Amino acid sequence: MDDGRLAVAVTQQVPIPLDARFDCRPGELLALTGPSGSGKSTLLRCIAGIDRGASGTIACAGRVWLDSARRVNATPQARNVGFVFQHYALFPHMTALENVVAALGHRPGLQREARARELLAAVHLTGLEQRRPGQLSGGQQQRVAMARALARDPLALLLDEPFAAVDRVTRQKLYRELATLRRTLAMPIVLVTHDLDEAAMLADRMCILYRGRTLQIGTPHEVMTKPVDALVARLVDLRNVFDATVQGHDAALGRTYLDWHGVSLEALRAPSFAPGTRVSWTIPVSGIVLHRRDRPSRGEHENPVFGTVEECLRLGDDTTIGLRVPAAGGAFVTLRVPTHVAQRNSVEVGVAAGVSLLADAIHLMPLRDAVPDASA
Amino acid sequence: MDWQALTLSLELAACTVAILLPLGIVVARQLAWRRFVGRRLVEAALALPLVLPPTVLGYYLLTAFAGGSPVGRAFASFTGHPLAFSFAGLLVASLIFNLPFTIQPMQRAFEGIGGDIRAAAACCGMSRWRIFTAVELPLAWPGVLSALVLTFAHTLGEFGVVLMVGGNIPGETRTIAIAIYDRVQAFDTHAAALMSAVLLVLSLAAIAIAYSTTWRSEPARG
Repeated sequence: MDDGRLAVAVTQQVPIPLDARFDCRPGELLALTGPSGSGKSTLLRCIAGIDRGASGTIACAGRVWLDSARRVNATPQARNVGFVFQHYALFPHMTALENVVAALGHRPGLQREARARELLAAVHLTGLEQRRPGQLSGGQQQRVAMARALARDPLALLLDEPFAAVDRVTRQKLYRELATLRRTLAMPIVLVTHDLDEAAMLADRMCILYRGRTLQIGTPHEVMTKPVDALVARLVDLRNVFDATVQGHDAALGRTYLDWHGVSLEALRAPSFAPGTRVSWTIPVSGIVLHRRDRPSRGEHENPVFGTVEECLRLGDDTTIGLRVPAAGGAFVTLRVPTHVAQRNSVEVGVAAGVSLLADAIHLMPLRDAVPDASA
Repeated sequence: MDWQALTLSLELAACTVAILLPLGIVVARQLAWRRFVGRRLVEAALALPLVLPPTVLGYYLLTAFAGGSPVGRAFASFTGHPLAFSFAGLLVASLIFNLPFTIQPMQRAFEGIGGDIRAAAACCGMSRWRIFTAVELPLAWPGVLSALVLTFAHTLGEFGVVLMVGGNIPGETRTIAIAIYDRVQAFDTHAAALMSAVLLVLSLAAIAIAYSTTWRSEPARG
């Protein structure tokens, strides 16, 4: 019936509430991200059949793994997934080779060892076949776990925080290896991670999970710049999330006008919000331009905002500036500029500064759980 | 030297171990991994023989085994001979007072296997039986072995319960521990010394085996 897609729609009340729905196409890498305790790992374990308390449907490549209405709830053995555990869960009494062979029960006995060696070679572990997990480094253990997960010829590959337990240098290396390896893989891959950068770097699409609910699914760029609401904006760590009232739209200019606590703003046209509606809006830190302090320049007419620098953090090549804007109800606007720009303009805590909010970078969102607001 | 008593003790210990090995594994796995109502109560009941005076345990077992009791009557009607003061009665008593010595180390051993390891085995497509034989048992084996060795040694040396339930019938219920007591009562210190030495050596060997297995298993787990 299907082309290899993994389709998940599950709910659960206890022990951890879940209300999740997503698809993952064959060959696609979907990152499930969210704060600690949002149910990412629980959801992954539901898909694998390790936790079997959820109701709903899970199907992969046309096979139904869970369909609570029809009382189908397959065991992990029958689901055929490859699972990489956060701490790898390698069998400590077996060698690397034996760990991989253990997942090759579906192949004829004579082929197993050769296939296991092939898989270990694919994860760059040739020569270490006879080592036990205790004699391998964290990164090597992760590779054995990956080879073991692939050994079953799984219909879906599930990775539960596979990079969390290794040091930074090893992690970067493993990122590159996964990016290379996945080009050869044709099954859906679901990666659980709390690290947004990791998700943005590795995933084709990311799915934001909060308290067990899937809030938004999209490409990392979509989710990071066009969150569906203020909650997602906060979860993806966007700094500039504010409220405003829609004033009106101009179809010819492609603009929507906002009243931001008394400051008028132009934004990219978003006609779905009627004039008078209270909205949340966000702008990426890279969508704000610092005015030159020695002389005015063109482009300063675009949403100019003035305030006092309250925060000036130099982080390597970039400097993050926090600006308090009294005219907009004391809003705190965060922008990021190259450090040399901050230095040339003598930006430091306490100085007055002007910035422009680029209209095309302003993204409008409904207020979360918005109630009709009489004052708007 | 009462060879008959030694043989009887070894037989009793061997039978006890043979029965408690599968039984202990089944119970220990449940206690280690299942969360069920009354689990603590079961654990407490299993630990009771550790603290109960052997004579008290023996007294209750004797009462339970007596010809007038339901258990005693049932056994007698099946086998044609009474449970009390027989090898069978001794074996039942031995199984009961050894429960904590078998189950507690096994339970610790199975608890030591992480839930993710078993989940990983299931995700590898291994059947439940294969997970048990290829993953659980090898990992829990040091604990299982030391449980068996402790049980074996403890059975050889148990005195109070055996005396209460079995009495002192040569070839039927006179174990080596009873024989030692018997020889001392008869001022035969030479025989008592010899048999005590045999028990000492057996116990030392058991402790050595139990310790060496747990010792060797530790670095491999890290």
